[in-house]
Amino acid sequence: MYMFKYCCKRIGLMIMTFVIIIVMCFVLIKLLPVDTTTVGIGEDATKLLQQLEARGYNKPIPEQLFLYARRIVLNGDFGICVNIPEYRNRPVWNIFIEKLPPTILINIYSSLFAVPIGIALGIFAALKKNRWQDHLISTSVMVVISVPSFVYASLILYLLCFKYGNLPMQVSSLPDIVAAYPEKNLQYIPETFNWSLYFNSKMFVSMIPAILSMSFGSIAGYARGVRAELTEVLTSEFMLLARTKGLTKSQATVRHAMRNAMVPIFPAIIGEFISVMSGSLIIENIFSIPGVGGLYLSAINAPDYDFFMLLSGFYLAIGLAAGLVIDLSYGFIDPRIRMGAK
Amino acid sequence: MKAQDYKISAEKFVFRKTDGTLHDNKLETKPVSYLQDALHRFSRNKGSILAAIIIGLLVLFAIFGPMLTPYSVAYEDLDYAYALPKIRFFYDNGIHFWDGGKDMVQSEAYYNEYLAIQIETRRPVFIGDVEKVEEKYMGKTRLRYSFRLDTYNSAGVKFEKLTDAEYKAVQAYQDRTGIQVIMPITDPNQRPETVQDKKNPNIWYKTKVGGGNKSEIVLDDNGDFINIYKLDDGTDSYTSKVYWEGDEKQYSYGIFRGDTWEVRLDCRAYYAYYHSEVLKDGITEPLHIFGADAYGRDIFARLASGARFSFILAVVVSTVNLFVGAVYGAIEGYYGGKIDIVMERFVELLSSIPFMIVITLLKYHLEVSHMVVLFISFFLTGWTGMAARTRMQFYRFKNQEYVLVARTLGANDKRIMFKHIFPNAIGTLITGSVLVIPGVIFSETSLSYLNIIDLNSSNITSVGTLLAAGQNALQTHPHIILFPAVFISLLMLSFNLFGNGLRDAFNPSLRGTED
Repeated sequence: MYMFKYCCKRIGLMIMTFVIIIVMCFVLIKLLPVDTTTVGIGEDATKLLQQLEARGYNKPIPEQLFLYARRIVLNGDFGICVNIPEYRNRPVWNIFIEKLPPTILINIYSSLFAVPIGIALGIFAALKKNRWQDHLISTSVMVVISVPSFVYASLILYLLCFKYGNLPMQVSSLPDIVAAYPEKNLQYIPETFNWSLYFNSKMFVSMIPAILSMSFGSIAGYARGVRAELTEVLTSEFMLLARTKGLTKSQATVRHAMRNAMVPIFPAIIGEFISVMSGSLIIENIFSIPGVGGLYLSAINAPDYDFFMLLSGFYLAIGLAAGLVIDLSYGFIDPRIRMGAK
Repeated sequence: MKAQDYKISAEKFVFRKTDGTLHDNKLETKPVSYLQDALHRFSRNKGSILAAIIIGLLVLFAIFGPMLTPYSVAYEDLDYAYALPKIRFFYDNGIHFWDGGKDMVQSEAYYNEYLAIQIETRRPVFIGDVEKVEEKYMGKTRLRYSFRLDTYNSAGVKFEKLTDAEYKAVQAYQDRTGIQVIMPITDPNQRPETVQDKKNPNIWYKTKVGGGNKSEIVLDDNGDFINIYKLDDGTDSYTSKVYWEGDEKQYSYGIFRGDTWEVRLDCRAYYAYYHSEVLKDGITEPLHIFGADAYGRDIFARLASGARFSFILAVVVSTVNLFVGAVYGAIEGYYGGKIDIVMERFVELLSSIPFMIVITLLKYHLEVSHMVVLFISFFLTGWTGMAARTRMQFYRFKNQEYVLVARTLGANDKRIMFKHIFPNAIGTLITGSVLVIPGVIFSETSLSYLNIIDLNSSNITSVGTLLAAGQNALQTHPHIILFPAVFISLLMLSFNLFGNGLRDAFNPSLRGTED
């Protein structure tokens, strides 16, 4: 019951934070003029202006805020794209869901790859503490954590795609996938998830460089965390007790040390799986992944206000939710921790 | 148990020492202060010392780098675009590394093109020897040439349009120095017809259309190139005494078209002329230590300038954040209660706004340069981490006895906060602000890499911009990304090592554990 109350309180606070920031964003964005001068020749500027007019772009800002919220709640309408030529006049929500699958998939693949390897390396290093294996792992972890992701993404691109390997430089586009598997009778429908197009070998192979680049940092992070926790637990007194009562070293490690060492690691893993949707702007940029990150970048550079609002809200929600879940999961995983206790 | 159980009769007590006075021995060791101890333990951490040295070198590079190279950030020279990194010493001593050379294995046609440049300009285009190798390709053996190409001398000659005054000035320079700058112009009627070679200034020899619509060299009976220089028909105003070797004053050196002279200039000689006579910037030869990018800009100068900006930004941001965060966190932590709750909610709100949103909104709302936007957005949100750190430290120390003593003695809040508690927290805060530096540099690099913040201007650039440019040419010219990538990686690595060492050194609970 205590935990339930605490969760409710935290979720309430989170929603409050979210609403305040989003309203602030909305007002600041609306203070900027809408730029329709970028509409190219041959495109229908009047149609765009009518769309904007219908959505109340010329009304006072508080009224617009109300209309915006009502449209979202009643129609699921997040507005239309104005300034990105590719998506002009189309509903931003539909574009957004089309971009979601590659981002999620690449993140899930890289997490599936990184979590076991990272934890295994961390355990190995902790068990071999201060031997050469530990020094090797700890040094490489330090290097990988420090080197920015765009440096080793470039390195992976150069080594695996140009110099010694033959991996594709970019993630395959959906029409390419349709063309590559004529026998499967696939169809690319714009503005939908298109999940069926993502699970084939051509798509997976084209994602490998991006997956590798994304997972290096996570591997190093997990290895470092697990090593630090486990070395601390291994020297604690209950381990001595476990050995004295007759457990072998491996039994004591698996049954007692590991479980305690995982207390701060599991929340991090849960957090990682929540933020799979957010992706990485840099990795998506380097490997031309048609994902949410790239969309956000073009929304920022255009600038396109409805896209910016939707995606900012999306990233903000994920960030807040991940933080909250990480915090709360401590309490669920380890009953000794009472969240928010004085 | 009752107290009287322990009653000891007075006669049981005897004086231990009846002669003289009794006092403690004075301590013979010297006291070690907190900072001395931290310094001592820091200096025993070899990794951190190495990191500190590397940081020092990188800072020196950022400060003095722009002075070491004659090139400016904005300098461009398309003739030497993609020139490879070159160090004089290696080049002069024939060491085939970092000498501006590029190992290549090419077909005879390509080899001949380079050879033609070497013959015409009389400068070695090949470093070291050229070897003929036989290569198996699709079941057949074919002849290939293996050589190391000098990416500076292979610039050869270029077409240029000169005004009449410039044409005369170059000729005067030729007469004064005896260096051939203007090469004989090629005959427009004998130029190669294929599209890719039509505008190639380095083709001064006879060609015909070969297979694959590529120009093929026509050799004479001795196997030499046949030149296609235009014979002088009296329209050329070339009066210089310097003639191209092998020319008996029969070739033409310029074609007058419109109001300019179309000439072929020797890139290297014209470079010397242009820098000594026109720009007067003291540059005598093309030499890019870190190579040149797609526009022939010097990567060394640009990287040093980017590094300088990154360091200035990071140090200013971390100092400002330290002050603002420390004051804010001190008030929160010291007073606690309602003040703390209100102030903490504000920090929470501010720190949960994604940085990308802050920077985008500021970028479009403020009518100032992107550099200012960058500073403001870091100031706006960066101090929250430092405030949280200070708050924790104040919570830790404010109920300790020495604070109570100070208060009893009548010290006011300000004095307790800054004279008594703050010095105890200083270690953590210094470590925190050092660890902020790589974070700021990383953010700045990422933002300029993604082109959200555009710092590129005539006198400044950023490491992120360089990385993005290198990324685009990664496949063909990996040297462009090499040095910026090495720089940022070294910087991050050494700051992390340094920060960790500092954190351990300032952590009193680790005292004595290393021994």
